[in-house]
Amino acid sequence: MEGIGEIITFYIISSIAVISAILVVTLRNIIHSVISLALLLVAVAGLYITLWAEFIALVQVLIYVGAVIVLFLFLIMLTYRISDKTIKQTNEQKSISFILSGLLLFLLITVLTRTSWNVTSTPEIANITSKIGNLLLTTYVFPFELISVVLLACLIGAIVIAKKEDKE
Amino acid sequence: MELLFNTQELITRIGIFLEGFCWNYNIPFFVLTIVIMLVVAGIIAGFVAINTMMLVLAERKVAAHMQDRLGPMRVGFHGILQTVADAIKLVLKENLMPQVADKVMFFLAPIIVFVPAMMAYVVIPWSPGVIVRDLNIGLLYLLGVSSIGTIGIIMAGWASGNKYSLLGGMRSAAQVVSYEVAMILSLLGVIMLAGSLKMGDIVAAQGNMWYIGYQPLGFLLYLIAATAECNRAPFDIPEAESELVAGFHTEYGGIKFAMFFLAEYANVFVVSSVCTTLFLGGWQGIPNLPITLPPILWFLIKTYAIVFVIMWLRWTYPRLRVDQLMTFGWKFLVPLGFINIFITGLMMVMKGV
Repeated sequence: MEGIGEIITFYIISSIAVISAILVVTLRNIIHSVISLALLLVAVAGLYITLWAEFIALVQVLIYVGAVIVLFLFLIMLTYRISDKTIKQTNEQKSISFILSGLLLFLLITVLTRTSWNVTSTPEIANITSKIGNLLLTTYVFPFELISVVLLACLIGAIVIAKKEDKE
Repeated sequence: MELLFNTQELITRIGIFLEGFCWNYNIPFFVLTIVIMLVVAGIIAGFVAINTMMLVLAERKVAAHMQDRLGPMRVGFHGILQTVADAIKLVLKENLMPQVADKVMFFLAPIIVFVPAMMAYVVIPWSPGVIVRDLNIGLLYLLGVSSIGTIGIIMAGWASGNKYSLLGGMRSAAQVVSYEVAMILSLLGVIMLAGSLKMGDIVAAQGNMWYIGYQPLGFLLYLIAATAECNRAPFDIPEAESELVAGFHTEYGGIKFAMFFLAEYANVFVVSSVCTTLFLGGWQGIPNLPITLPPILWFLIKTYAIVFVIMWLRWTYPRLRVDQLMTFGWKFLVPLGFINIFITGLMMVMKGV
């Protein structure tokens, strides 16, 4: 990360990400929250681009913004009357959630500070897509397939819940 | 005239001239970069506006002649200035906002639809070397960017505070998510053959044989899915006039409505140019045909031919019902997409590519 332009870009994108993340949990209207979540995801994709990870950035936009957020909006609009009144988005379990998120923060800080990052000044950008593809189907094929099975299980579970019960 | 054929050379010469200009007058290079960015953005915006006016007129004329009518005839020769007059009228109209509308979202929605449609123009290869940025992941960029526009449509539908608009937005969400899967599957065959997501590489790989020859099924699937992605008839259920007034843009008027309109026709041009690039050899001429035209002309001829086919579809098929649309997408297009990928992979293994 060199050059004044890159640093300015980083700070602009990061502040957009932080502000929209705060908006997601504080806005009273659930549709507004979802739109802020979309903005957050786009900003994080922008951060990936400043790190030369274009492939991850665009997959993030394609899957999270293009599909997951659209599904969120779709489901919120299908839910009876959830979108036309402002609902309180917090419940009575504030203390336990503070403890849990504090633990998560501690864990993340520990991991981030203890890892020895392999920093190079000349990032390799050519043909990164085919490298990711090759690695996924050779070295990391077992975790990749495992995640696919988990996703399949989720899909089947959703279909079982959504399926109408047969009445004898 | 030579330079019209060798656009690579033209771009290089412009670059050298501008660099020299900056050296002579001590202008810092980042200023040059910013000026070039703004000029290119201006050119694209101008192209989108003019292209939309032309396509709207073309659509009305195509529709009219298919139905044995004449279409717009009053303004200019054979109505050639009709859309210019319409555009001026739209710009001058009062900006109305419904009282129950969600003000911020209502204002933002047309922008969120329009901006991604413009962003897609970054990776369109017009001619050798004439491309804003030949990204390594060009095709993925295009798919990612064009998927953002849906959120704008849903926002427009919801923010209008009108049940017809809301229904239109919901239909659009369901439709776009379903047909995006089919569209990406139909493109995978080409990506497998070219071995790259870069637009320049994909065009270069079709020197001897256009990919429509290897991927006829992929071409048809893409054309259908792309028509659905643009929300055009016969897949225009988000704005079905006979059911939903005008769907998600019922409450919009004036310049905001014009932005939805611009985005729709910008998208039609983008999907057609992607079709040209991926299946019809991009800016290259027909192989073994002794006709030399400038590459940009080849590109535009092919693209507008696809645009014509998409318009033709609109005036040929009746609109699908919502359940028919879902069944067609998931039970017909998606399985065919998988079969196409399987056959492509099998052929590549057998030929030992």
